[in-house]
Amino acid sequence: MEPKRRPDASCERKQAATMNMTRNVENLLPLSQQEELVDLSNNYPLSTSEDEGDSDGERKCQKLLEAVCSLGGKNRWKLSERSEAGLMVSEFNVTTEGSGEKLVLSDLLGSATVLSSLAPVKKQLHRVKSKTLVIPFNKEEADQILREAAFSKTSQILSKWDPVILKNQQAEQLVFPMEKELPIVAPIEHIITGWKARTPLEQDIFNLLHKNKQPVTDPLLTPVEKASIKAMSLEEAKIRRAELQRTRALQSYYEARARREKRIKSKKYHKIIKKRKAKKALKEAEQLWKDCPSAALRDLEKLEMARVMERMSLKHQGNGKWAKSKAIMVRYDPEACQAMQEQLAKNRELTQKLQVVSEGEEEEGCTEEGVTSVSNDGMNGLQMDAASLNPWMLRSCNIEAKKGEINTDPEQQSEVVAPGSSESEGDERPVAEELLLKERSFQERVDPNNAKPMNDQEMEDSSSLELLSESRVLFQKLNKENHQSEGEQVSFVGTVVHIRRGDLAPEEFLVPQRLERAHVLEQGELGKEGHYQKRGLLRPLLKGEWKERNPHSKSDASGRKKKKEQMIDLQNLLTTRSSVKSLAVPTVVELEDEVETDQKQMIKEAFAGDDVIREFLKEKREAVEASKPKDLDLALPGWGEWVGMGLKPSAKKRRCFLMKAREGPPRKDKNLSNVIISEKRNIHAAAHQVRVVPHPFAHHQQFERTIQNPIGYTWNTQRAFQKLTLCKVDTKLGHIINPLKAENVGYRSSSKSDFSVLESNRKLLSRKQQKQLKESCSD
Amino acid sequence: METAPKSVRGVPPGKNKPQAKRKKPRRYWEEESAPPAAGASPGPPGKKARTREPRPQRSRSVHLARAARSSKKPQIARNASDRKKPRRTLSGAQDPFPGSAPAPVEVARKFCRIDKSGKLPHPKPKTRSKLEKAEAQEEEASVRAARAELLLPEDPGFLEGEDGEDTAKILQTDIVEAVDIASAAKHFDLNLRQFGPYRLNYSRTGRHLALGGRRGHVAALDWVTKKLMCEINVMEAVRDIHFLHSEALLAVAQNRWLYIYDNQGIELHCIRRCDRVTRLEFLPFHFLLATASETGFLTYLDVSVGKIVTALNARAGRLGVMTQNPYNAVIHLGHSNGTVSLWSPGVKEPLAKILCHRGGVRAVAVESTGTYMATSGLDHQLKIFDLRGTFQPLSARTLPQGAGHLAFSQRGLLVAGMGDVVNIWTGQGKASPPSLEQPYLTHRLSGHVHGLQFCPFEDVLGVGHSGGITSMLVPGAAEPNFDGLENNPYRSRKQRQEWEVKALLEKVPAELICLDPRALAKVDVITLEQQKKERIERLGYDPDAKAAFQPKAKQKGRSSTASLVKRKKKVMDQEHRDKVRQSLEQQQQQQQELAKPARARPSALDRFVR
Repeated sequence: MEPKRRPDASCERKQAATMNMTRNVENLLPLSQQEELVDLSNNYPLSTSEDEGDSDGERKCQKLLEAVCSLGGKNRWKLSERSEAGLMVSEFNVTTEGSGEKLVLSDLLGSATVLSSLAPVKKQLHRVKSKTLVIPFNKEEADQILREAAFSKTSQILSKWDPVILKNQQAEQLVFPMEKELPIVAPIEHIITGWKARTPLEQDIFNLLHKNKQPVTDPLLTPVEKASIKAMSLEEAKIRRAELQRTRALQSYYEARARREKRIKSKKYHKIIKKRKAKKALKEAEQLWKDCPSAALRDLEKLEMARVMERMSLKHQGNGKWAKSKAIMVRYDPEACQAMQEQLAKNRELTQKLQVVSEGEEEEGCTEEGVTSVSNDGMNGLQMDAASLNPWMLRSCNIEAKKGEINTDPEQQSEVVAPGSSESEGDERPVAEELLLKERSFQERVDPNNAKPMNDQEMEDSSSLELLSESRVLFQKLNKENHQSEGEQVSFVGTVVHIRRGDLAPEEFLVPQRLERAHVLEQGELGKEGHYQKRGLLRPLLKGEWKERNPHSKSDASGRKKKKEQMIDLQNLLTTRSSVKSLAVPTVVELEDEVETDQKQMIKEAFAGDDVIREFLKEKREAVEASKPKDLDLALPGWGEWVGMGLKPSAKKRRCFLMKAREGPPRKDKNLSNVIISEKRNIHAAAHQVRVVPHPFAHHQQFERTIQNPIGYTWNTQRAFQKLTLCKVDTKLGHIINPLKAENVGYRSSSKSDFSVLESNRKLLSRKQQKQLKESCSD
Repeated sequence: METAPKSVRGVPPGKNKPQAKRKKPRRYWEEESAPPAAGASPGPPGKKARTREPRPQRSRSVHLARAARSSKKPQIARNASDRKKPRRTLSGAQDPFPGSAPAPVEVARKFCRIDKSGKLPHPKPKTRSKLEKAEAQEEEASVRAARAELLLPEDPGFLEGEDGEDTAKILQTDIVEAVDIASAAKHFDLNLRQFGPYRLNYSRTGRHLALGGRRGHVAALDWVTKKLMCEINVMEAVRDIHFLHSEALLAVAQNRWLYIYDNQGIELHCIRRCDRVTRLEFLPFHFLLATASETGFLTYLDVSVGKIVTALNARAGRLGVMTQNPYNAVIHLGHSNGTVSLWSPGVKEPLAKILCHRGGVRAVAVESTGTYMATSGLDHQLKIFDLRGTFQPLSARTLPQGAGHLAFSQRGLLVAGMGDVVNIWTGQGKASPPSLEQPYLTHRLSGHVHGLQFCPFEDVLGVGHSGGITSMLVPGAAEPNFDGLENNPYRSRKQRQEWEVKALLEKVPAELICLDPRALAKVDVITLEQQKKERIERLGYDPDAKAAFQPKAKQKGRSSTASLVKRKKKVMDQEHRDKVRQSLEQQQQQQQELAKPARARPSALDRFVR
């Protein structure tokens, strides 16, 4: 049926078009109404379609008639305004497109009033409440709407599978067919009842059990088990989820707040916060002390522990836990104040700058060492009982003495790591002055020492005393020259020497021996370069370490060239310290034939030179050169210059056109003087390497990390190997893989109680067991 | 070994050793309320008495068989589930050990193979999940492996002197006296003065011994049962002898060519392409026989297909010193100019060259984990080098008479043959280099040492010398537990055949030999970048490049051209600033690293640092 064009239809249509997108099936209701209309028209022979087929002119004519009719009645024709431009302008003020009036169905029969037979029809038509119908969409639009509706509905239905799909995607392994045989949970009682005791032992046991009258069948499930089955009902899960959500939200609020607070730059604010915290801590501590002294004691212990830790960490700054806690207490507790000050003093002491040893001292070092060890003997004696076995202690003592540092407190010495002069001493003094002083002192020290015969004990003893006094004099001199700030130290030094002397007296017998040893060492090692090196300390001598260990070479290093340094380093590598201790077992050392040893000697002599080293260095240099990327010279002869035999492009031009090669990565053996590591790539091995980074990885390092773990059974246990090499999809041979069903993935009505599972389990029980169950129930 | 009777003889009672204390394990059926004193008591009294009685006169403990299991409880990680209350069952019985079995953390850490030292670029969520998965897998595998350590029941042997007694003074006869009969039978001498100094080689299972005298005597025997497999005289000088992958094949370097015999002494092959071979090494996982020749060539022969893989010219004259690194199958050659060069068949030049001695290198040995290399030179020095990247000497000492032969045992003992004396040094702990201060054992032989090898899986050192062969007992030398699928000393013929097939299937290609085998698990960055570059060239743009910033359209005149430019500029500046900041930070770090003094000397307080 073709609907008529009505005057207000156009606007309705527009509306419909705009609403197109949001409509769904429900909005298609007007269609059904239309159908109703169709029925109606079918029932009655007269249809509106007849006059509709006629032209516009007829309609106009009808209108005109109506207008004429209405002239007499009360139904006056409203003067409609002409709003549109029409081709035909009627003088009766009738627009071409009709007025805004709605057409009533009965009107259509207006012209047929003559026919009495039509009266009931007309009445019926009056009764039909004819609502204005929305114009049906054209086919494309209707289809689109239908499609959209269908899509949304289907996607809604399908969306419940999303978690399943996600789970399957993330699953390590998918096993098909999906229908798993539910494990048959037969209550143990059922099994027991079906089982007969055969052996006498079993019978005995069963007798015992029956005597005790254990509930064999009834109740099947204990209340506890029932509760555990019901443990996680839906409601509970919901409650729990809500709880979790809440905590998460709270946490996020807290985080946001903390972040906000952290971003506050106001110093005042932070100060206030800090103060508040400190106050709170103090109050709490007091409260704790009142309430529960034992807990407070524990806290104190913790503090003590923190202090110990901090002490060990050698920081001695105000940053540690202990220090901070002390800082809070400083105002109230004088002890804490003192401890804090001590700590800071220690920090100052430890963080002094290292004194640079001048070049002039290099040669003097060896003798000085001997001497200083002498002067330090008293101190060593002090530490004999506690630290004589500790090599670190002894060494640190020596070094301190060498540097002219005064450190009497043995406890402090154990903590000293980096030798250096105190700030007040070293900072203001000009270096040259210091040098002079040192030289003078050195001469003063060395001369008597060298002049002495070695074995004369008494002489040496006296000399050591002499030395001590000399050192005192020296320090006094030094103090005179220095600023007033060192006034305190004069007395300090004085006391030091006194202490030493006092200690020397009871241990006189020890001192000469030590002196002797010092002498021997000194003379033995005078010529050698690396005499400061700790004997017996065997470790790779890297360049940096070597420098560190040898302060003289460090000062010298700036002057030397790198190549030479390398040489010396190499030599150092190749010369081992001659083993002071020979093989412990005398039987081992055995001479071969004279001839052979002679031969060996000859060979050794032949190879004794530096040829090997030089050759090696040369080889290394060549290798380095070969591996360096080459510069590219693009200069061409000519172009503003003379060309010919024996003429070369000018230097300027060559400089202009020289393409500098980019520096490659540093060589692996850059810092290893005794090694040449080939930089050549092993192409054959590289062919086996992975050369693409697979999809989710952005960087090759990330990917490498995932393939570093070996999965073969050579490196893993059998179980781990099986797990690591699990295939992604596992199918059973000869089984049909059915499409996914809802019950397979655990979709079922939540109302279904867990007991139903048990029921279903029961179904799976064997018939025999069922029978037994029945019997047992009837009992 | 399994056959060795478990002896606890000679364990001094007074000493505080884990072996001496035996804790009775608590059985699951025992109640918790059992008196703790009973648990701590070292076994029933009768047993104690027995352990004491047959002590040898000299109270030192020699332990060859791995008898006593250490009672020291390892640190154990308990899962969270352990702390949960055990689930009650219907019958009321409780699981006495609830939760999964505990795994020692320390041991598990040993099996963690992912190198987490480097910093990763921040991963995207998807990548992160993959990384997490990999780590979880690693952890699980390591924990499983740690649990499986339980299956290694044998403990290594040890030798302890009395208080202050030097173990080096303990003679072989003393050791033989102290150990059980089966172990004592492993010490023997073969007097073979006629055919000159002997080279020897144990098969990989440690069951068979091949010996070759310089004057042509070649023999192979099952040395445990002393059953002779074959004995021939090849009527030619024998330079070296080596078993191939199994004890059925034997490679002998003779005066002219290289020959291969089977265990019946039948000549199978004469390999003329390897001539004047001085030393032989067999790479078991690659099935490669490496030969060093007088002509200066290092030749790799693939024994599974009988092809020569490569022949490398070392350009260093006669090659007389060779050893293999068991960790990465790299061949170490010692040269007369004091260098040791490292070779792989895939590369024509040495992978690395280390200057070790002033004089020529006389012997080289590499530890089984590939961590340490011992060298001795004509300058009478013995040095131990660190092979983990730095190649620096860790320790060195001058021997009165330089060592001519060196060998490492499976557990890191170092033996040096000097003249007619062998010295054995041991390290302080596991995975530590042998300390050269004090020898662990010494032994004098009846002739000059010509060949040395520790027997795998037996505390035995085989020494070939001019007077024959000596097999001496060195407690604690060998790995006590063997892998039955890999090197089974008790395997039957059928098992050997099975193993052979499997080993051949798992043969590692020769070109995979490189200094760092773990590098194979890395992405070939150079090729990757090259391919990327080519792709960019082909496409004309970089598909992976970050798109340029496009300012959002805004309203109310904020999208004017000027403001757009301004916004663009702002973002650009920000990026630039970030870049500069980053580079500055890097520079600062570098400077700090440079300025930071390498610690001059270890502080006494370092012992507290964990």
